[in-house]
Amino acid sequence: MIKHLLSAADLDADTATLILDTAGEMAALAEREVKKLPTLRGRTVVNLFYEDSTRTRISFEAAAKRLSADVINFSAKGSSVSKGESLKDTALTLQAMGADAVVIRHPASGAPDRLSSWVDGSVINAGDGTHEHPTQALLDAYTMRSRLGKLDGLNVAIVGDVLHSRVARSNVLLLTTLGAKVTLVGPPTLIPLSPGAAVSYDLDSVLPGADVVMMLRVQTERMQDSYFPSAREYSRRYGLDAARMRRLPEHAIVMHPGPMNRGMEIAPEVADSKRSTIVEQVANGVSARMAVLYLLLGGKA
Amino acid sequence: MASPHAQKTARTVLSAADIQRVVDRMAHQILEKTSGATGTVLLGIPTRGVPLAHRLAGRIHAFEDIDVPVGSLDITLYRDDLRLHATRALGKTEIPGSGIDGRRVILIDDVLFSGRTVRAALDAINDVGRPSSVQLAVLVDRGHRQLPIRADYVGKNIPTALDESVRVSLAETDDGVDEVKLTGGPR
Repeated sequence: MIKHLLSAADLDADTATLILDTAGEMAALAEREVKKLPTLRGRTVVNLFYEDSTRTRISFEAAAKRLSADVINFSAKGSSVSKGESLKDTALTLQAMGADAVVIRHPASGAPDRLSSWVDGSVINAGDGTHEHPTQALLDAYTMRSRLGKLDGLNVAIVGDVLHSRVARSNVLLLTTLGAKVTLVGPPTLIPLSPGAAVSYDLDSVLPGADVVMMLRVQTERMQDSYFPSAREYSRRYGLDAARMRRLPEHAIVMHPGPMNRGMEIAPEVADSKRSTIVEQVANGVSARMAVLYLLLGGKA
Repeated sequence: MASPHAQKTARTVLSAADIQRVVDRMAHQILEKTSGATGTVLLGIPTRGVPLAHRLAGRIHAFEDIDVPVGSLDITLYRDDLRLHATRALGKTEIPGSGIDGRRVILIDDVLFSGRTVRAALDAINDVGRPSSVQLAVLVDRGHRQLPIRADYVGKNIPTALDESVRVSLAETDDGVDEVKLTGGPR
């Protein structure tokens, strides 16, 4: 088993499948009356968050607590970081406290990788800059597999601001490893130069052949950066509304990593439809992260 | 520690026919001790406890036409030696729809050795529900208990040395062969 989870590219098909299978067993646990396992008793997991996040941090916290690990939440606001402490010095502090795993979210791409060279414990990337968010890709793959029964051969459309999306990058890497066919859809200004997947600028032509449509959040700060003329035009061309949803095959599902802008990239009637897996994704996030924590920390260090 | 001159020996202690007879007898014993397996659930511990549980249920059905619910209970996440080994893959846990609350759970495993697996299984059961009682059935009891645990139904007691190992093969999990072998130890 790997020691750190920094990138979805670190996972080969066997390891990724092992994580998804383990997540399946963890999910069964969520239906029990006692949702706690003694597995990581005595281990310490530090949530080191340099960016705001609710669902990812809470999800990791719930996952670690369900495995009986001790959780220390560390957010940059109100800590020594606001006094100017460097990542390295923070890392050495965590090291001295005996953290067995550090879950890090950081605005700088590559920060988790640097951190992994400074601490003895496992480092888990919970989103770094515009680089990667591997546990999101794992929970997305798990959601697709549990809804559609398989990943191999699935057509997955990832729609929106692919250029700045760490969710999209990790999903492309992981889904390709697991045999799915990914098509990136968005305005040309928001598609990277070497995307590593098929590209389309026309959402309507992609929908009829898609098994999965993953809508990405339009980050409000991008709206000011003239990547597209107006929010309204973006929504007309790349937003998923009820009419577009009807172009999808019967079995197709609609995903969104959250938080969503209702009425912008996704219409409320789509977000609340039966095809939408948005709430499931949150529940699956806990199971997927439990699987990652168990597989990274459960055995001999 | 085996002496360097000792040859690795392997001898068969239970043949396929022996295993069949032993399972038949255990099924009868379960019926006898549980007054016809009423309110009973069989939980096999992966890997080989699961096919054994299904075989026992199959024999109980054949003898008395009673359907006993069968499930599996993976104990990996409850082990006390996780830190001593590389991470283990999880087995399947499938609790029958009837649940285990207020029922008599019979845990089924292939070999009873230190008793640590059973201790972990008791912890796991505790998180699943509250059975009225828990019993233990094993195909082989090889001794060397490290905890105060004993089996209610034993297929065969096999006295062993600590440096010997008991290899159970079952048709469902091990390439179609039913066999129990004892390997290692001094000649």
